[in-house]
Amino acid sequence: MVSREARFLATDNIPALLRRLGNTYRVFAPVKVSDTIVLFQEFAESAGLALDEQTTLPPKELLFPQTEGLVSYRYRKDAEDLEKSEVQVEETLEAPPTIIFGVRPCDARGLTVFDAVFTDGQWRDPYYKARREATTIVTVLCTQPESTCFCTSVGGSPTGIEGSDIILTIVTGGYVAEPVTEKGETLLQDEAFTPAGDKAGEAGEAREKVSVERELELDGIAEQLLDIFGTDFWEQVTAKCISCAACTYVCPTCFCFTITDDTTGIEGSRIRTWDSCMFYLYTLEASGHNPRPTKTERYRNRIGHKFSYHPTSYEGMFGCSGCGRCIKVCPASLDIRQVLREAKAHG
Amino acid sequence: MAILDKLKDGVQRELEGLEFVIGWEQGYDPLHASPLFIRTPGDIDRLIWNPLCVHNLASYLPSLKGRRVGILLKGCDSRSVIQLLQEGLIKREEIVIFGIPCRGVVDLSKIKSRIDTSQMRAVSLMDDAVVIEIPQGREEIPLDDVLATKCLSCQYPTPLIYDHLAGEVLPPQRPTEVLYKEVEVIEELDVQDRLAHWERELDRCIRCYACRNACPLCVCQDYCAAESRNPRWLSQRAGVSEKVMWHIMHALHLAGRCTDCGECERACPMDIPIQRIRRKINKEIKELFGYEAGVNPEDTPPLYTFKVEEPTIQEREW
Ligand code: SF4
Ligand code: SF4
Repeated sequence: MVSREARFLATDNIPALLRRLGNTYRVFAPVKVSDTIVLFQEFAESAGLALDEQTTLPPKELLFPQTEGLVSYRYRKDAEDLEKSEVQVEETLEAPPTIIFGVRPCDARGLTVFDAVFTDGQWRDPYYKARREATTIVTVLCTQPESTCFCTSVGGSPTGIEGSDIILTIVTGGYVAEPVTEKGETLLQDEAFTPAGDKAGEAGEAREKVSVERELELDGIAEQLLDIFGTDFWEQVTAKCISCAACTYVCPTCFCFTITDDTTGIEGSRIRTWDSCMFYLYTLEASGHNPRPTKTERYRNRIGHKFSYHPTSYEGMFGCSGCGRCIKVCPASLDIRQVLREAKAHG
Repeated sequence: MAILDKLKDGVQRELEGLEFVIGWEQGYDPLHASPLFIRTPGDIDRLIWNPLCVHNLASYLPSLKGRRVGILLKGCDSRSVIQLLQEGLIKREEIVIFGIPCRGVVDLSKIKSRIDTSQMRAVSLMDDAVVIEIPQGREEIPLDDVLATKCLSCQYPTPLIYDHLAGEVLPPQRPTEVLYKEVEVIEELDVQDRLAHWERELDRCIRCYACRNACPLCVCQDYCAAESRNPRWLSQRAGVSEKVMWHIMHALHLAGRCTDCGECERACPMDIPIQRIRRKINKEIKELFGYEAGVNPEDTPPLYTFKVEEPTIQEREW
């Protein structure tokens, strides 16, 4: 990061900035939709911004929608030979230019897990890739970690820049904005950003002050999880789990999906929807056999994937960015940090 | 002896003949309790009992059929057990029940809508207030303001079924009139507005099925019609019409079975007030069949039986 490129964004200038950007981009920002729920919504001045609390859901829906049409199709009978029918298939891919404003570092970093799987590896997902390329992530660095935050335990930081295009540091009267990527640099050309002057120094100091205690020691966790794979640890630890997908669907790094066909009459669409390894259907095979018949095997996979198989396949990167949402939403208050601590200590 | 001591004492005595006893322990922060599976006498010390013990532990029972377990139940939770017994989904002789006369549990969403608990340091629970220490200072909230809505109209504070009762029978303390207050507000709306209301609320549903999995009476679980691909009753699309449909399915499958424990709404990560949908159906069931779910193990739920003439339904003019 080159601090001489830093600019200042006055809080008062934000609505005008987002309004202007709205002419060229879809602009999303956190909005309080009820007393307890904050969601990324398309920016409307009347709704106000909720930048000082963690959003209930991460912004992943905007890059990896819960429902996305892959192709639409239509069957047509051959008038000459009714035995024959052909199917017309059309790809449906929408990736309008988008700005997500007010993301947190853990959620931006969560996208790098998607990037590794969907864009950087052996298999490329054109849908995610197109959206990712069309999206600019404007991240507000954290000042007040919550009690459920554990980003530093999984390699992140409350002031981390991974996955972001611009980072904003809170200073008196507004934010110091610094570009992380070319995309970010482009956005900073807007007139709302003024020279940062002394504010750049203030931002640097502010960042120094923020810290999240590193509460987990995860060295060797990938091997340890394999070592305890067949033990009764999993049954004990999952006794309270109710095997819902609240944890999966609030997770900034969970990327599993399923594909189904929605057909009505002679036409339909092939859709991709979020799926969760906590569901029975996730591994149900056509034969009727299910290798993960109970919540015990399913939860073991959830932890195993995030902290063993994923880092093994992706250069040590955990499938977790430490946002802590799964802890907050779990109906049984199952704490993933505690599970990891106990897993390390087991046997 | 305090309730907690009585519970510990009872669990201590019964534990040997049981695989485990399900209770509550302190969770990851001072505001959250979490279900506890007591397997050894050493686990008993972790047991807690206070207004944070919100979970209806009866939800675990159907999946434990065939195993001998103990369970701690509040008044409302005991109704789920009765309903499960009526439906033959659990066996009485396999379960040892430790009943708790209850004065109410909190609704954490009500607390969170009043104060920012994300950096909370400590919580003290008094008889009539919750005191929460946050970096900005001490916040004292009257307990009644943050009790679960079900508790404000509770008619069964003492479990209706138990083997051991930790304390004296507690008569109902709360008025019945408020039970349908929120339902009545929605009933006032005309049909279009009612649909608009629910579309607005349910639009933020993420189909995570926490409401279903937390429900003690949602026993289909892995075989839920909302997820089934073959037959395909419902698209996996996350559009508002699928979400509304999912909730209609969910609620109708609970008609005459829902005991109003509120686990669906408590479990919902999106804080959607879905208990109201079930309450409305409970109200209809009460008016139509004079039936309340989970109060008498000898009852047959109205939709489990057939009568040529329903005394409360007039089908003919003559
Ligand atoms: S409804 Fe009654 S029994 Fe249930 S938690 Fe509330 S006060 Fe206790
Ligand atoms: S728990 Fe809430 S978000 Fe999840 S399926 Fe139920 S209503 Fe929807």
